[in-house]
Amino acid sequence: MAEQTAPPVIRDGTPAKPDAAVVRDALGVGVAVGLSGFAFGVTSAGSGLSVLQTCVLSLLVFTGASQFALVGALAAGGNPFTAAAGAFFLGTRNAFYGLRLSQLLAVPKAVRPFAAHWVIDETTAVSLAQPTRRAARIGFTVTGLTLYVLWNATTLLGALGAEAIGDTAAWGLDAAGPAVFLALLAPMLKSATERATAGIAVLLGLGLLPVLPAGVPVLAAALAAPLVLWFQGRRMGPAGREKDSR
Amino acid sequence: MNVWIAIALTAAGCYLVKLAGLLVPAGALERPLVQRLAALLPVALLAALTAQQTFSTGGTVVLDARAAGLAAAAVALVLRAPFLVVVGAAVAVTAGVRALGW
Repeated sequence: MAEQTAPPVIRDGTPAKPDAAVVRDALGVGVAVGLSGFAFGVTSAGSGLSVLQTCVLSLLVFTGASQFALVGALAAGGNPFTAAAGAFFLGTRNAFYGLRLSQLLAVPKAVRPFAAHWVIDETTAVSLAQPTRRAARIGFTVTGLTLYVLWNATTLLGALGAEAIGDTAAWGLDAAGPAVFLALLAPMLKSATERATAGIAVLLGLGLLPVLPAGVPVLAAALAAPLVLWFQGRRMGPAGREKDSR
Repeated sequence: MNVWIAIALTAAGCYLVKLAGLLVPAGALERPLVQRLAALLPVALLAALTAQQTFSTGGTVVLDARAAGLAAAAVALVLRAPFLVVVGAAVAVTAGVRALGW
C-alpha cells in the first residue's frame, strides 16, 4: 500500500538511503499511527466529550498519549487543571525530542513554530532512524504530514462512529497504542546502555503507578536515562568520559 | 466549560513544550553528556509508556489480553514485519484472546 501512494521523488547525488525508501518508511509509520486516531476518537466520544471537543484536541494538541490521558482523566471526574497537568507532563517528552531534532534537522528559525507542532514520538523515531540530514528531513515531513491528516480524519470518524462500534476493547483497539510504542522503541535498543535504560524505565513506570498521580510515573521513569549515564560514568571514570567527547 | 478549559490548557502547554525543545540554544547541545541524555530519554519514555499501556488500568498493574497482543507485536518485530503488520498483530491477537473469554 505504501509503495502505491509514494509520490515521485527526485534523486540527487548518491544518498546513503534512497529517498523512496525513506518515504516508504515514513508512510508506513504515518499511515499505521494515523489510523489509530480512530481509537482516540472513539475513546474520547465514549468519555463524554463532544465531537467538536474531540476534534479540537487532535488538531491542537496532536500528541496521542497526552490526548488519551486528558480524556481519561476527565472521564474519571478529574478537575480540568489536574487533567491538563497530567496531559502536559506526558507531553514534556516532546521537548526532549525537539532537543534531538533541532540539531539533526537544522530547522530554520522561521519554520520552527510550524515544525514544533509535529515534534512527537513517531516523527522523532523516523527522523532518528535516517542516515543523513536530507533523509531525516524527508522522514520528518512525510511522517508529520501523513500522520496529521490521517490522525485528524480518523479522530472525526471515530468520534462519529463511537456509538456504532460499541466496545472498542472488544476489537482489541486498546492494544494499538502500546504496539506503536514498542515498534518505535525496538530499533533504539542498540546496545546494553539502551536496554538497561528501557528495563529500569519499565520497572519505574509500573512500580510507581499505584503511588503517584496519573502521568507522573512516566516522567519518573525518564530518570532511568540520567541514572544509567551516571552509573556508566562512574564505571568508566573521567578517562572514559573524555573518550566520548569528539 | 470545564472541558474547554482543560483542552485549552493542554493545547497551549503541549505546543509550548514542543517549541521549547526546538528553541533551546545550540550551545547547550554541543556537550556530549547532553547529547547522550537526549538520545536515551526517548528510550526510557517509550519503554515506560509501552509497559503502562499494556500492563495497567487506571493506577493498577494488571495482566490481561493486551499482554498477548504486545507479545504478538514483539514476535512480528523480531520477524522484521512492516509497521502496520506489527500493530495489526497486536490488535488482532488482543481481540482474539478477549473473544476467548479472557
